[in-house]
Amino acid sequence: MTALDLRDVAMVFNRGGSNEVRALEDITLTVGQGEFVSLIGPSGCGKSTMLRLIGDLLRPTDGEIRVNGKTPAQARTDRDYGIVFQSATLLDWRTVLDNVALPLEIMDIPKTERDATAREMLELVQLGGFAAHRPYELSGGMQQRVAIARALSFRPALLLMDEPFGALDEMTRERMQMELLQIWQETNTTVVFVTHSIPEAVFLSTRVVVMSPRPGRISEGIDIDLAQPRVFETREEPQFYQHMTRLREALRKVDDV
Amino acid sequence: MTARMRRAAPAAVLFVSALVVWEAFVRLFGIRGFILPAPSAIAVAFRQEWPALRAAAVGTFSSALAGLLAGMIVAVIVGMAAARWRTVRQGMMPLAVAANSTPIVVLAPIAIAWFGLLSPWGTISVVAVLVFFPIMINLVRGLGSAPASEIELLQSYATTRFQVLTKLQLPTALPYLFSAFKVAAALSLIGAIVKEYFGGRQDRLGQYITTKAALLQLEEAWSAIVLASAFGVLLFVLIGLVERRVMPWHVSVRSKT
Repeated sequence: MTALDLRDVAMVFNRGGSNEVRALEDITLTVGQGEFVSLIGPSGCGKSTMLRLIGDLLRPTDGEIRVNGKTPAQARTDRDYGIVFQSATLLDWRTVLDNVALPLEIMDIPKTERDATAREMLELVQLGGFAAHRPYELSGGMQQRVAIARALSFRPALLLMDEPFGALDEMTRERMQMELLQIWQETNTTVVFVTHSIPEAVFLSTRVVVMSPRPGRISEGIDIDLAQPRVFETREEPQFYQHMTRLREALRKVDDV
Repeated sequence: MTARMRRAAPAAVLFVSALVVWEAFVRLFGIRGFILPAPSAIAVAFRQEWPALRAAAVGTFSSALAGLLAGMIVAVIVGMAAARWRTVRQGMMPLAVAANSTPIVVLAPIAIAWFGLLSPWGTISVVAVLVFFPIMINLVRGLGSAPASEIELLQSYATTRFQVLTKLQLPTALPYLFSAFKVAAALSLIGAIVKEYFGGRQDRLGQYITTKAALLQLEEAWSAIVLASAFGVLLFVLIGLVERRVMPWHVSVRSKT
């Protein structure tokens, strides 16, 4: 089953204005259920815009998008996806638990039930002991894990992640990548992951989509056939480096344009 | 010494030293009472005049409080409508600015003409008009200050506008609202006393100060001013206490709890 289907999608900001920006053009992409697809490319290639189009936070100027076979608007109404941004965007006035339970609260799920689910999700991201804390009492990495727990709390079939580990230090980042892969495997979620980092894209993905800027286009799709599940040693395998090299070359090509 | 006492210490020291310097200054240079009464003389007048002062203060403060409350309620309703509907905002703002630019010396005679010289409604309405603007303008600003990422997050859950208001915009606006309440509390006393200065019952602080000043009984006039200031400080502290209860998560409050 296809989780995502984008056909000839284009996005133009301020169309007809002097500040017109052609953010995306000719985007055609299909993502199967359970895939982990990373979007990578230089700044301004429209990766984040693409994520927002899928999430119905923006409407495309052209083309067609299907999320689980539905329009993005319908998929959003049905709460088919969870989203994680580069900043954790936790609400300061809520405890960690109440932040994770926020989507469930909006869906009118009874308090005992949503608290139980939220606790479960906090365990999943190894923050079980921090339910009563306030977001500002946590480190950046912990905050981001809370954001991931929140996105997973209502068990969406699709996870949209916009450079979720971009602001973290390298050590934390690698640990979070491991955690994310474990969650991905346990929940069989489809993930669309925006990143700037070549090793991150190779390590996490089943497929990497390379994008070129101005206007944003898909220049290449690279299958990453490293063995599953990925483990710490995966990063030390020769194939890992081959994929990295391949991806780096693909990126250099689009940057030269 | 408790933490609370340590925080209060600088203010207490400053207050007491100011009184000492003031007293010394008046005695040393033999300054006449109708120019600047000594703190000790004001204290004596305060004790002698207490029955009259208390009656006047109860009348003035209850009008100020009623006006403050009325102004708060109207400002919150209008502010929420203005934040929600652009037409309301665009239609309202020029009028609100115009009302805010109207000097109180004009408002007071109008209120007297409308409600009669002795009616408390004259004072209440002047106070309400005076406190309306800072509360309304701060609320509109606060409601509009939620970060774009947090709005996108809620949109991803297909929230209703009402949910965005209650779960995001109102909590974000709270710090703005409480700052406005503190400004409004001081304004309410100024408004009430100045309105009474222009006319009204004799047993009100505004009239009391006017009369005593005209008789060059400056000690009495000063004791009324001291009482009004003390009430202003009390209001400020009370609002601060409520603020701390309502938003313990906010940066401005966090370190103190």
